[in-house]
Amino acid sequence: MNTIPANLLWDELLPGGHHWSGRLRGGTALCLTDVQGGANVSALFFNAEQPLERYSMPDTLKSQHTAFLTAGYVCQSDMGRVLCSITADNLGWHDTWCGVSDAAMVRAQYGEKNYQQYRNAMLRNGRDNLLIELAKWGLGARDLVPTVNFFSKVVPDANGALRHVPGHSQAGSSVVLRFEMDTLVVLSSAPHPLDARLDYAPADVQLHATLAAPVAADDACRTQCPQNGRAFTNTERYCGVAA
Amino acid sequence: MSTLLESTLNPTHAVLDQTCLAGDPWMATVRAGQTLRILDLEGNQAVDTLFYSAAHAEERYSAADTIARNGQLYLGLGTRLYSSEGRVMLTIVADTCGRHDTLGGACSSESNTVRYALDKRPMHSCRDSFMHALCHCHEAGALGLGKRDIAPNINFFMNVPVTPEGHLSFADGISGAGKYVELKAEMDVVVLISNCPQLNNPCNGYNPTPIQLLVWD
Repeated sequence: MNTIPANLLWDELLPGGHHWSGRLRGGTALCLTDVQGGANVSALFFNAEQPLERYSMPDTLKSQHTAFLTAGYVCQSDMGRVLCSITADNLGWHDTWCGVSDAAMVRAQYGEKNYQQYRNAMLRNGRDNLLIELAKWGLGARDLVPTVNFFSKVVPDANGALRHVPGHSQAGSSVVLRFEMDTLVVLSSAPHPLDARLDYAPADVQLHATLAAPVAADDACRTQCPQNGRAFTNTERYCGVAA
Repeated sequence: MSTLLESTLNPTHAVLDQTCLAGDPWMATVRAGQTLRILDLEGNQAVDTLFYSAAHAEERYSAADTIARNGQLYLGLGTRLYSSEGRVMLTIVADTCGRHDTLGGACSSESNTVRYALDKRPMHSCRDSFMHALCHCHEAGALGLGKRDIAPNINFFMNVPVTPEGHLSFADGISGAGKYVELKAEMDVVVLISNCPQLNNPCNGYNPTPIQLLVWD
């Protein structure tokens, strides 16, 4: 486990298989830490004041010419702005393609474990987790787009056939997101849809929110590529901040 | 991979035969059991495409479900196109191109400012075409579609290779004049197309051209 970060605003444990949502203001950071190893966190990001603007997998990937995310990359909105930057990461690959499991997939892979029999050990799935949190903000299925799947790695072969990499995330793996504008964050910690393990045992995830240092002119995410510099400029114009 | 299969359908028997001009949107309903052909008339033309359940538009084409449930990054012959609710919407039943993309999304004036230059904002784009279609096509009005419903799309005839190391690039198209893809609808679907007007990269060979849409019962 990480030591408690400086400038801590709050911390909270997201148990494996559960869901969470909240607002992260521009200028704050969220550190996610895999507690036992084998975590998966499916994340959606929205402009908190106008959630029609949301994280866009295609815009994020094509402007940075990458198929995965790690430190130095940003999560871009579908309006050409940066919702959050990945300022630290000790994993090197977070999946962007595969979305989330649904109730039928979880039932087929892990069997039926309902609330009536298992109480809060019931098996939750990614889609319903996200829909429950989205509904709390007046959002729903129309707003459920491809997620970032933090802590998960899926690689293609030369023909595009995909393979989920088991054991990618170890206990203590962490990733830090710095928010560049006020952002609604929606999380599910249910297993990745291509995770072939037959036991439902997604790891817990520790969340730490902190105040972030101001973005320097030579910030690694901003200078990753000229595209990111322009996305930061668009964000500053939207936020009414001088570039 | 890249399995190719020609269609046995005869264009003279099509129940719909329309041309979508370069840079224009197109929208229509395709019923369960019907087959839709998208034909690249002059070659190297990206066709940005979305599908909605005609009965319940919250159920729509899902790039993530299609990738995860097929275990495949690219679309081709035999690919099942899955909805956000995990059901098969359409199946690719004929293909003379070999590979289609669903990672690259649709261009927009905003993404053009990021990808190329801030002053590219006024250039025509797929997502502006989608917005135009949502405002004008009766299918969109009937389903109550808006910006929330514009999720990551399919780019027919577009080639976006990803290396095993995770590098993504926009490569020259592998399509050519007269190549086509055919999709059999497994449910009633509304099709929303932007015939891509992008001039800043090779996805349209720097020269957007018309496409032909045919439907058979």
